[in-house]
Amino acid sequence: MTATAADVGHGYTTTGLPHRKIAIWAFIGSECMLFASLISTYLIYKGRSIAGPFPHEAWTDPSTHHVYKAILNIPVTSCSTFVLLMSSLAMVLALAAVENRDVPKHTLGDRILGSSKLWLFTTAALGATFLSFQAYEFTSFVHEGLTIRTNLFGSSFFTLTGFHGAHVTAGVLWLLTMLGIDFKRGLGPKDALNVDIMALYWHFVDVVWIAIFTLIYLIK
Amino acid sequence: MATTVAPQTPPRTADEPTGPWSWFATTDHKRIGSLYLFTALTFMLIGGLEAEIMRTQLMRPNQHIVSAELYNQLFTMHGTTMIFLVIMPLSAAFFNLLIPLQIGARDVAFPRLNAFSYWVYLFGGIFITLPILFGAAPNGGWFGYAPLTTKTYSPGLNIDFWVIGLQILGISSLAAGFNFITTIINMRAPGMNLMRMPLFTWMSFVVQFLIILAFPVITIALVFLLFDRFFGTNFYEIARGADPLLWQHLFWIFGHPEVYILVLPAFGLVSEVMPTFARKPLFGYPVMVYSGILIGMLGFGVWAHHMFAVGMGPIADSFFAVTTMLIAIPTGVKIFNWIFTLWGGSIRFTTAAMFAIGMVAMFTIGGISGVMHSSPPADLQQTDTYFVVGHFHYVIFGGSLMGLFAGLYTYFPKFTGRLLDERLGKWHFWINFFGSNLVFFPMHFSGLLGMPRRIWTYDAGQGWDTFNFLSTMGAYLLVPATLILVYNIWKSARSGKIAGNDPWGAGTLEWSIPSPPPPYNFATIPRVTSRYPLWDVKPPLASAPVPNTPMHSEAPAPTAAELGIPMPYHTLKPLLTALALPIMFGGLMLMHLENKLPHYVFMYGGAAMLVGCLYWWLTTPLEPEHHHA
Repeated sequence: MTATAADVGHGYTTTGLPHRKIAIWAFIGSECMLFASLISTYLIYKGRSIAGPFPHEAWTDPSTHHVYKAILNIPVTSCSTFVLLMSSLAMVLALAAVENRDVPKHTLGDRILGSSKLWLFTTAALGATFLSFQAYEFTSFVHEGLTIRTNLFGSSFFTLTGFHGAHVTAGVLWLLTMLGIDFKRGLGPKDALNVDIMALYWHFVDVVWIAIFTLIYLIK
Repeated sequence: MATTVAPQTPPRTADEPTGPWSWFATTDHKRIGSLYLFTALTFMLIGGLEAEIMRTQLMRPNQHIVSAELYNQLFTMHGTTMIFLVIMPLSAAFFNLLIPLQIGARDVAFPRLNAFSYWVYLFGGIFITLPILFGAAPNGGWFGYAPLTTKTYSPGLNIDFWVIGLQILGISSLAAGFNFITTIINMRAPGMNLMRMPLFTWMSFVVQFLIILAFPVITIALVFLLFDRFFGTNFYEIARGADPLLWQHLFWIFGHPEVYILVLPAFGLVSEVMPTFARKPLFGYPVMVYSGILIGMLGFGVWAHHMFAVGMGPIADSFFAVTTMLIAIPTGVKIFNWIFTLWGGSIRFTTAAMFAIGMVAMFTIGGISGVMHSSPPADLQQTDTYFVVGHFHYVIFGGSLMGLFAGLYTYFPKFTGRLLDERLGKWHFWINFFGSNLVFFPMHFSGLLGMPRRIWTYDAGQGWDTFNFLSTMGAYLLVPATLILVYNIWKSARSGKIAGNDPWGAGTLEWSIPSPPPPYNFATIPRVTSRYPLWDVKPPLASAPVPNTPMHSEAPAPTAAELGIPMPYHTLKPLLTALALPIMFGGLMLMHLENKLPHYVFMYGGAAMLVGCLYWWLTTPLEPEHHHA
């Protein structure tokens, strides 16, 4: 062991990556287990509700003879899925705009693509649109007779998608905070790490939705 | 300018904050480690008192010293306290103190998050412990099996305190997990590659992965239970078609890795203590690393051996029996490597060495009875009896706690600058060693004779009386042992022998700097070229008898400002953010009151405080601005 500190400055890290980048990946790994537990429970309880309404088929209440139609509305949710996926595209453009803030912009196209405010706003707006779809979906399910207390399907469905919605909500608040900072002092390459971390979180929440949409909505 | 006079006080830098208030705002990993140590030892006294009351109740048949209801609260809180409030935080005390020192770093990656973890632990611990004073403590066992813990079978606030308390404590462990993983990956000094990393840091690294992967599972299991109890969902409502095994699976997918979360840090400490006091490098270092990783990975594949009695069928039972037997292999490898480390060594029987050797012996006994349970037919005889209680106390008391004590006697100087008294330490060791064997060994017999766990009293004439009497006498021996430890800590922290940098002639980086280390740890970041860098300079066998007499300079170490090292601000934000959690969750518990006002005030007030403090925290820089690259 020799004590020299020639190349160990304050910003030194072993891997060369910033700390926050490693921490967010560890966090995402942990979140995978969180959603895995929720999705597994949904799948384990699939088809085990002793009374309807059910996700994919109609159900007649034996005592009231009321007919409940299949709950899941796949066309509507396909739209909201598309919206959320497009938000990931906007997020990529927002990060690129922040990273390339100092690159000179010549054409209108350059200026549009290079506007971090525009793309951060678009990402947040698409996220909020997804949440509106979810709010619509939840209220219509309740009107059709499915609440979180109705049966195992209701409990596991609302808890799973509710957790995902809460993650999207946190992401939208994060995006709006960044947008506020962008309006206040402008985001540049030195902020790219913070935007990058937010983007990783946002893409992760998107990927989880792809799993949920496939396993819960598309597979009968 | 070294003097030849032994110093009277531990070294400190001139600018170190002092006084009680400095502890609330600290972000220094060593001070946070001391906070964890002090708090965990306090909870240990509470959890120990609970155990003593239980043993007194069970000393003779048909005693009625406590009621059955209070007994339920005692065994639930004894388990919950010892696991979540004592062993895990004692390990966290060493994670905090040692990880940055062993890898040559100045702090953890996120010093404020680290303080946040501690405060969340403290508030969560108080939240879950306090209700026992009002007879409302959790009473469903530390495993909290649903549907037993649903509102139907457990009305009252007891289980609510447990669910919410554990939820709060989980946040502490997860935040610490992300922090230490980042620290170990990213803050190693130049040359400190993974295969030079001290074993304690390695085992801590494995444990952090277990924490971040296992805790989300119990978080969800607890969320389901919380929703069932507060919002009327059906996750554990058997009448609505729920699976009675859902909780057990989710709980043990967390619960078995949790066993390794409890024991691997102690393995790491023993792997530091053994080479130091045998004065030779750890035997089979790479195998020790790989076996630790293997234990961590296999730990996720054995959970259903806790559930052999529920009737999962021969295929599941066989699978989990085989994986459980497999995990004995890397564990056995570790035990042999410790023995081979001692083999041919020049052993110094300090208190720390005795605790480490005692730990290996005790853990081996617990491990052997553990392999016995891995066979489902044998397990059916043993499950839910005192045999299992004996088994896991050998592992957790004899393994984890004694390993942590070995660490405490070795590393006390790095917390305080002073050595623990060796004479008192040996008294502590021997009384503790005899006492713990006297409590836990007879439990194997009472268990095989059919005495069930968790019963509050029993009839005479079943062959259990003598064994229970012996266990209780052993438990009483642990009282003086623990009081000696407390006295030793209290006395030695004030007037113990000054330790100097390296009282034991050890080989790893933490011993190259003063005890206690200055706030910045390393004046210059070291460059590491081997596993025991200090022994390259001074071979272990050349070291003087321990403890060495320190010969460091009386002049105070230079301050961080003099060295130009940027230090994090002192801040109360982590404490305030952590405080918002019990306020918010406490507000949730008021939901069932007639008057909804306190519920709304505390829940939404706490949530607003949490968000507000987080924004305040995240928008304030960690250190003076000009140091940002």
